Amino acid sequence: MASTTRRLLLAFAAAGLLTVTACSSSSDTEAGKDNPNLDTAACSAYAAYKGQGLDGKTVSVSTSIRDTEADLLKQSWKAFTDCTGIKIDYAGTSDFEAQLPIKVQGGNAPDIAFIPQPGLLATFAKQGALKPASAATKAEAEKNYSPDWLKYSTVDGKLYGAPLGSNVKSFVWYSPSMFKEKGWAIPTTWDELITLSNTIAATGMKPWCAGIESGGATGWPATDWIEDIVLRDQGPEVYDQWVAHTIPFNDPKIVSATDRAGSILKNPAYVNGGLGDVKSIATTSFQEGGIPITQKKCALHRQASFYANQWPKGTKVAEDGDVFAFYFPAIDPAKGKPVLGGGEFVAAFADRNEVKAFQTYLASADHANSRAKLGNWVSANKGLDIANVSNPIDKKSVEILQDSASVFRFDGSDLMPAAVGAGSFWKGMTDWITGKSTKDTLDYIESSWPK
Amino acid sequence: MNFDWTAEGPKLLELLYGVLAFLAVVGVLLLVLDKLPLRKDRWVAAAFLFPAGALLMIGLIIPAIRTTILSFQGASTFEAKWVGLDNYKWIFTQREALITLRNTLLWVVLVPLIATSIGLIYAVLVDKARLESFAKALIFMPMAISFVGAGIIWKFVYAYRPPGEQQIGLLNQIVVWFGGEPRQWLLDSPWNTLFLIVVLIWIQAGFAMVVLSASIKAIPTEIVEAARLDGVTPWQMFWQVTIPSIRPALIVVLVTITVGTLKVFDIVRAMTSGNFDTSVLAYGMYDYAFVRYDSGKGAAFAVLLFVLVTPIIIYQIRNLRQQRTIR
Repeated sequence: MASTTRRLLLAFAAAGLLTVTACSSSSDTEAGKDNPNLDTAACSAYAAYKGQGLDGKTVSVSTSIRDTEADLLKQSWKAFTDCTGIKIDYAGTSDFEAQLPIKVQGGNAPDIAFIPQPGLLATFAKQGALKPASAATKAEAEKNYSPDWLKYSTVDGKLYGAPLGSNVKSFVWYSPSMFKEKGWAIPTTWDELITLSNTIAATGMKPWCAGIESGGATGWPATDWIEDIVLRDQGPEVYDQWVAHTIPFNDPKIVSATDRAGSILKNPAYVNGGLGDVKSIATTSFQEGGIPITQKKCALHRQASFYANQWPKGTKVAEDGDVFAFYFPAIDPAKGKPVLGGGEFVAAFADRNEVKAFQTYLASADHANSRAKLGNWVSANKGLDIANVSNPIDKKSVEILQDSASVFRFDGSDLMPAAVGAGSFWKGMTDWITGKSTKDTLDYIESSWPK
Repeated sequence: MNFDWTAEGPKLLELLYGVLAFLAVVGVLLLVLDKLPLRKDRWVAAAFLFPAGALLMIGLIIPAIRTTILSFQGASTFEAKWVGLDNYKWIFTQREALITLRNTLLWVVLVPLIATSIGLIYAVLVDKARLESFAKALIFMPMAISFVGAGIIWKFVYAYRPPGEQQIGLLNQIVVWFGGEPRQWLLDSPWNTLFLIVVLIWIQAGFAMVVLSASIKAIPTEIVEAARLDGVTPWQMFWQVTIPSIRPALIVVLVTITVGTLKVFDIVRAMTSGNFDTSVLAYGMYDYAFVRYDSGKGAAFAVLLFVLVTPIIIYQIRNLRQQRTIR
């Protein structure tokens, strides 16, 4: 018995010894040399990254961008990675917003994250987890983006990276062929929009369709509605005060704007074409919300530019096609052109040279054009040549973003604290759709604002 | 999709290191115990318990303590601010949280009772029937489906299309066949919680049936035959012979399902995401800690959940001990 035990022990001990030796003998991969590719003509644009010893280094990227869009993104920086030799370790997850803080707190932060919420970015920056943008990144960002946009990734006077993609939310989708057939004209003011809605309702068709179900984020499309209308009903100054909580969430001005949104969204004569009653908005997924347009069961659907990707295969998205979008009209066009939008920001959790280089590259017009050429993409990058944007709705978005009459504001719920922006605002809007009064809803959201 | 075996190499090597390191630790432990003159059983037991104890400490006890501490702190994920009992006060005063508590209560009362009853009745009915194993397999099958999968299946059962459209949900199609109007089953509180509860009952009834059926088969034939000779009705047989004989198994089933029900999260997440007043404790914990970044309130939910499970576990342990002494 004893000898068997001993033999066993020896085996274990040997195994232990093996582990130790095996650990110490792991060799370092050769790194630090410059990629010879950099000397070729095709790579001359990346000469700025030469001599930084980046070849073979890896940058990890964490985002919420997945599937086709992710593939296009990866393709867009192929020339950069080929020329510099930097490897990009890309991870896209639908649970990005929940996973990122866990990773950061666990000491496992990615090198770069594309953060779509300036509020979350500011939290990380204040915590000291983010690295301020390098001088090169800062110069590139300031060259290519308006101060309006950079404001959202600037915390305590320090810039934490440039925006990447953007989207324009102030769009109403419609069917050009249906409009032509019925003789409807595209409304250019709010009053015209309501008149059109009444005209359509009189034909027996519910003019609007909407869907706000989105899994754990159910309610966000409704928050976009409210934000877009606060911007129209009350103007950008009130919008800023509301987002910054210098006026309460349930301020009478916001109540009036929300009621204006309700005059469409909670009007049984207006919604929810092809999908059910008013309440069905809450249980219809946002992806399916506009589909009844293609079945001629509704005529209008307010949703962002990225909804272009949601139409069934074979739907022609064009001014003379099956579906297209018009600008969600202003209430008083004399006060400018309110535009609600969103986008993601390239924030870095590490300041190694290869990370800085990649961050700088993503801020450049070079990358914006490279990505735009691949299709389905919008950016507020001023260096973006509109000729590179192929999709008509993206073209329209870029025009709106570059239009000097546009009064651009970032998605408010993404700027508010998560407890409101990713919590009570979503929940509140869902309850509002299913019957809760405007006053009760806004009181509830106000009471949840972190003190 | 190309699977690159060479890229997996380092990971496999790491895995190998992990396994070897574990063996090494155990090896060293055995070696030390073998060499030491101490021959007391207690020491040996302690030494063998140490690795498991350390893992429990790292994986269970420290997080539990940390969660408790977090529950006394404020909203920010990053800077701790003591708020005392505020988070608990919030749970017991705020409407949304109170509804979460009410729903959890509904789940915990209804699921174990109904699932166990269905399992028991089914077990008694199919006992010694023809095709018994086939009948059992039918009700046991949902056990093999994950909670998320079950949630999605039932979401389709409850799916809604407006009147006049093609119904894709089974339940609404049945309603339409009988001349009714399709309804939004998952929208109206508190009924929607009951529709969610059905899903867990559907999953758990099979478990209850299997355990209880085995227990019924273990009732000594002498007892059953003696009762028959005394001329009992089937009703009396059920209440006065079967139920008392399988009491321990019944308790095990009830307790197991209760604990499982308290933790329910996946079904709520997959079907309603806690909307329309369907949230439960475990979902509230996730929602507040990871979506709204309010770790304090999330932790308070977690602690509450822990406090609610503890007496059930203690009861279960005491029960097991009593049975052992009886034997």
